Amino acid sequence: MRIEIVNGQIIDPMNEVNVQGNLYIAEGEIVGVGSAPEGFVAQHRVDAQGQVVCPGFIDLSTRLREPGQTHKATILSETRAAASAGFTSLCIPPDTNPVIDTPAVLELIKDKAEQCAYAHIYPVAALTKKLAGKELSSMFALKQAGCVAVSHAQEAIHDLLVLRRAMEYAATHDLLLMYSPQEQALSNQGCAHEGAMASRYGLPGIPVAAETIALMQCIELIEQTGCRVHFRGLSCARSVVLIAKAKQLGLPVTADVAMHQLHLTDEDMQPYDSHYYVLPPLRSVQDRSTLIAAVQSGAIDSICSDHQPHNIDAKLGAFPETEPGISSLETVLPLLLRLVEQGAIELSQGIAKLSSEPARILGINSGSIAIGNVADVCVFDPATEWQVNAETWQSQGRNTPYWLATMQGKVTHTIQAGKILFALQN
Amino acid sequence: MLAIKNLQLNSSGKLKHFLSIEGLDKSLLTEVLDTAESFADISEQRVKKIPLLRGKTIVNLFFENSTRTRATFELAASRLSADVLSMNIATSATSKGESLLDTIRNLEAMQVDMFVVRHSLSGAAHFMAEHAAPHISVINAGDGQHEHPTQAMLDMFTIRRVKQQFSGLRVAIVGDILHSRVARSQIHALNILGAQEVRVIAPKTLLPAQVESLGVTVYHDLAAGLKNIDVIIMLRLQKERMNSALLPSESEYFKCFGLSDDKLKCANKDAIVMHPGPINRGVEISSSVADGPQSVILQQVTNGIAVRMAVMSMTMHSNAGTE
Repeated sequence: MRIEIVNGQIIDPMNEVNVQGNLYIAEGEIVGVGSAPEGFVAQHRVDAQGQVVCPGFIDLSTRLREPGQTHKATILSETRAAASAGFTSLCIPPDTNPVIDTPAVLELIKDKAEQCAYAHIYPVAALTKKLAGKELSSMFALKQAGCVAVSHAQEAIHDLLVLRRAMEYAATHDLLLMYSPQEQALSNQGCAHEGAMASRYGLPGIPVAAETIALMQCIELIEQTGCRVHFRGLSCARSVVLIAKAKQLGLPVTADVAMHQLHLTDEDMQPYDSHYYVLPPLRSVQDRSTLIAAVQSGAIDSICSDHQPHNIDAKLGAFPETEPGISSLETVLPLLLRLVEQGAIELSQGIAKLSSEPARILGINSGSIAIGNVADVCVFDPATEWQVNAETWQSQGRNTPYWLATMQGKVTHTIQAGKILFALQN
Repeated sequence: MLAIKNLQLNSSGKLKHFLSIEGLDKSLLTEVLDTAESFADISEQRVKKIPLLRGKTIVNLFFENSTRTRATFELAASRLSADVLSMNIATSATSKGESLLDTIRNLEAMQVDMFVVRHSLSGAAHFMAEHAAPHISVINAGDGQHEHPTQAMLDMFTIRRVKQQFSGLRVAIVGDILHSRVARSQIHALNILGAQEVRVIAPKTLLPAQVESLGVTVYHDLAAGLKNIDVIIMLRLQKERMNSALLPSESEYFKCFGLSDDKLKCANKDAIVMHPGPINRGVEISSSVADGPQSVILQQVTNGIAVRMAVMSMTMHSNAGTE
């Protein structure tokens, strides 16, 4: 289909484009920016007056819950939610059930996602069999089957020798490791940031050192193994220092932060409201401001949704016994715009954190809307106000601390490979 | 914090649930103490019963074992002429069985009026109060490492009976602050009621992060921490904390933080010694101190009944008023 998107603010951070104008799409590709190619006749026209036209968002960690937990969410429900929120590509962590540790499971998920056809799926394969932290997975076969990276999700690797060998083997096959640093012995089954709030509410705390020690260990092993590592979901100011230092040394490291970590802190936690229970936990105000500064300076490369939809029961109970995670795809854009509004980040830089940067981290040819690229496009109206409620929400998981909050900024069109996957109904 | 406060009070500022000391003000805590004082006499009469809660059904819901707390809640309820049902619901981390919410719903279906709940997880009482039907009051009999507000109030009651007032008092809480819901409630209560100083005395392994933010001064040395102290509150040391990485041994703990006759001399001459029980003799306190003239430990137990009667009647009446 030939599509023209007219009168929008075209922002393509990868090519430092930020102009008012039109975008032309044909045969699934971008064929014109500014002026139409000769003889272009549009079959569909999108009026983007007052709106931003940018690359479709790429998420580095989206739980779809399928296979294994379809009572929480499905590939269909979550990819549809992703499309409504401007995402065109999603990385799927391996902690599905069964775990993504064989080409068969990987292909099953890809097939299912292709049938749903709402977003491009990049499965991330398990680093070890069953994520048990003991035996290496068949990384070569998994790479051939199409995994974009390997990861251990939130599971601990207790044996550092296993981590070392796994990193060596991943490096052998030039596979990116996505690593969520958390030393479980120090987390000690905690469920909140170890600080004044956890002490007040009597919640078992997770110290900052649980993250930084795991981070330091991994950085040392990067030096030894040469494995490329992307650190997922940093939460502490101290981690930013360690990442910056590793980058200074020229190590192949990148890092992201979940969007909610840039907004919420332990002080925002409503007493025992399980919707604020995430791992890593919401940290201190100072951690949050350091994380924001790191996003701005580039010490943190990208922003992630860390989408984790849950069924209602998962969040009903005494805080420590509930399941961690926020259903977050749909609040990513408005929360990004809040950061822009606060002056914490420029809009084009923010868009880069959701598109060109994750593409660079993954090493995929995506995240740009220059001529010749696959037409993954997001069009959003930064001024539209909407309320998070049952009518507006697409994800099957309603577990968000922002339920009933008013958000500003709404995606109006999401185009993936030249197909309109989402168009906001007025 | 605000939400805890709102949840505990009804629209006219009366006590609807009793979940935490935090969020309550001085006048409410004083009202609890005064009400308890009026009930204390009943316990000394031959017929120890008044018909205040006749026809009401109170369910003691103990997800964690307890002998004394449950017994005093039962006695308090029966002295107020309520019908009492006590349930021990053994739970383990591995097999949760029925969810907390289902338990609430099932009991609600039996037309009960009040839950007294003890649970191993912080926030459990809060969760029940949030989800229980509007006519039901919830009293927290200890939730995880959060609060144990009736224990703190009976301690305040005991302190007030001996010391008359809180202003000018220096109080030291000694032992496992980290895992103690009693300590958190006591710290809030003492600060709200206007104590001069609240100290915590413990090794670093048994103190929560940024404990000063709760309004205490921290000591790691028992003798130094007891100087000028009017009230000493010893906390029970759970046996399972021993031989873990928290503490090396009972004898070393007693040497450093156990209250012996010698250590007691560091405090003011008229200092009182308290303990929420059950006591580990020779671990956190020596027998001679526990049974000595400065100990008010058994008075605490007696006072527990009157204080729990006060809390039960106050929450139930504020609820009746809103119906």
